[in-house]
Amino acid sequence: MQKLSSEQVAHVARLARLALNETEQERFAVQLGQILAYAEKIRELDLEGVEPTAHVLGLTNVTRRDEVRASLDRDEVLRNGPEVENGYFRVPRVVEEA
Amino acid sequence: MEVENGPGWEIVIGLEIHVELLTRSKVFCSCATGFGGEPNTRVCPVCLGLPGSLPVLNAKALEYAVKTGLALNCEIASFSKFDRKNYFYPDLPKAYQISQYDLPLCRHGYLEIEAGGVRRRIGITRVHLEEETGKSLHAGTSIVDSPFTLLDYNRAGIPLVEIVTEPDIRSPEEARVFLEELKRVVEFAGVSDVKMEEGSLRCDANISVRPRGASRLGTKTEVKNMNSFRAVQRALEYEAARQIATLRAGGRVVQETRHWDDAAGVTRGMRSKEQAQDYRYFPEPDLVPIVLSPEQIEQWRRELPELPAARRERLAREYGLPAYDAAILTASKKLADFFEEAARAFPDPKMVSNWVMGELLRLLKAENKELDQVPLQPSDLVGLLSLVRDGVISGATAKEVFEEMFHTGDPAASIVDRRGLRQISDEGALREIVRRAMAANPDAVQSYRQGKEKALGALVGAVMKETRGKANPQLVNRLLLEALREAKP
Ligand SMILES: [Zn+2]
Repeated sequence: MQKLSSEQVAHVARLARLALNETEQERFAVQLGQILAYAEKIRELDLEGVEPTAHVLGLTNVTRRDEVRASLDRDEVLRNGPEVENGYFRVPRVVEEA
Repeated sequence: MEVENGPGWEIVIGLEIHVELLTRSKVFCSCATGFGGEPNTRVCPVCLGLPGSLPVLNAKALEYAVKTGLALNCEIASFSKFDRKNYFYPDLPKAYQISQYDLPLCRHGYLEIEAGGVRRRIGITRVHLEEETGKSLHAGTSIVDSPFTLLDYNRAGIPLVEIVTEPDIRSPEEARVFLEELKRVVEFAGVSDVKMEEGSLRCDANISVRPRGASRLGTKTEVKNMNSFRAVQRALEYEAARQIATLRAGGRVVQETRHWDDAAGVTRGMRSKEQAQDYRYFPEPDLVPIVLSPEQIEQWRRELPELPAARRERLAREYGLPAYDAAILTASKKLADFFEEAARAFPDPKMVSNWVMGELLRLLKAENKELDQVPLQPSDLVGLLSLVRDGVISGATAKEVFEEMFHTGDPAASIVDRRGLRQISDEGALREIVRRAMAANPDAVQSYRQGKEKALGALVGAVMKETRGKANPQLVNRLLLEALREAKP
């Protein structure tokens, strides 16, 4: 069983914006390793000439017509917002430093 | 910064352009797409990414994306799919953007441009369909002191094509010319209204420099935040000069994203953490793949309207216009349509072209307006030119009338009548005025008969004075000459 390195776990956690303590990092290193090992099983098969699966349903071309329908009422829309101001969602400032 | 590229350096540019498609509803839900609107009034569970909601592809968005590719001479994929591009940014309510990664709808195209008298073919790497993000605003008096960001998701989910070029562009000017032609192509193809000021066309650029003749590409930077075609050219001129200066001084170019500051005229490196983006693309499980038959692709190809290059060629041929005129008249589809509608109704296309390129464009520019923002119609121009042709008004008067038509959309004839501008072309009436002018200016008559042809001017002036400038000048001339010849004392 391959365990993930602590750098790899830290990287994945950062991408997911998760703050892990050392115990958690250690635990997830093992668990993520198990998940990857499970996915590795597919390598045991001979996949020569097999196209990657794009979707499990086997359907294609599901589309709708370009027609406008009513949107949600704004009070409904904003109900889930952590903070709201003048019809906008309000979040902590995000500015890319230039 | 000294802007000196020097003959010893080659500039290599590739562009990444985003164009909003002109559908009525969003790409994966039925919310309306129009510009403006009260914040967060065009959103639903799908474009907000609420749990349990499912996207369904807008058939028109698919058609427009493929038509964009066809207009750019691309190969269209028979099998294509959507992928999730994962990143955290609050203008993206789902924390991922539905985009296309390894199987885009269109690939391997090109667009031909002419910059500085040289024809060039710029490769198009790919065109894919994705969704627009929401809009973030910074609350407070300035961006610096605001502790908050405000979010409006009305734009989130509007269909967008991303167009990526090969690194085939060799100068900042060529980049601008490419964008201008691309804008015309998508506009003529009818897939977007491409209003850069409303953000429906945006462009980022990758740029590097290398000593001329070098086979390896230099380290590139990505330049963002350019809000006009002019800005793209200026930003790239600055950036090329900066890279060359850096290399000449023995330094090295750092691969990074740089923001164009239009007011200061400089690019600035972003102080973001130096970490390559990791978008963890994976196939979008909520959308099934797209399979396009050759018949479907051909049908869309046939439906494509005439594109700018073909139209330039046809206008020149069909209306006998100089290439210069044809290029200016096809600056936008609206202008080309306006010209053609007028030219079909008037026997002198070059005269129509002169008025469209002259007065019409002059007034549009002076008032910073688009053609569809003024009431003037092609039939109005035809009406005006007919009056000039029939000698009802002079060319100078026509310019005045045109300006009023431009603002009011009133027919030329009614403006002319209301303002009493009709030239006096009634021979009988003018003959009488000519006779009176001669009688009142015997000296001038005598001088003329003694061979002083200049004296004719005084007589013309007298007629014009009496008619308050409305006499048809050619007619006055002819009648005066006739009268002077006849009435020998
Ligand atoms: Zn929606």
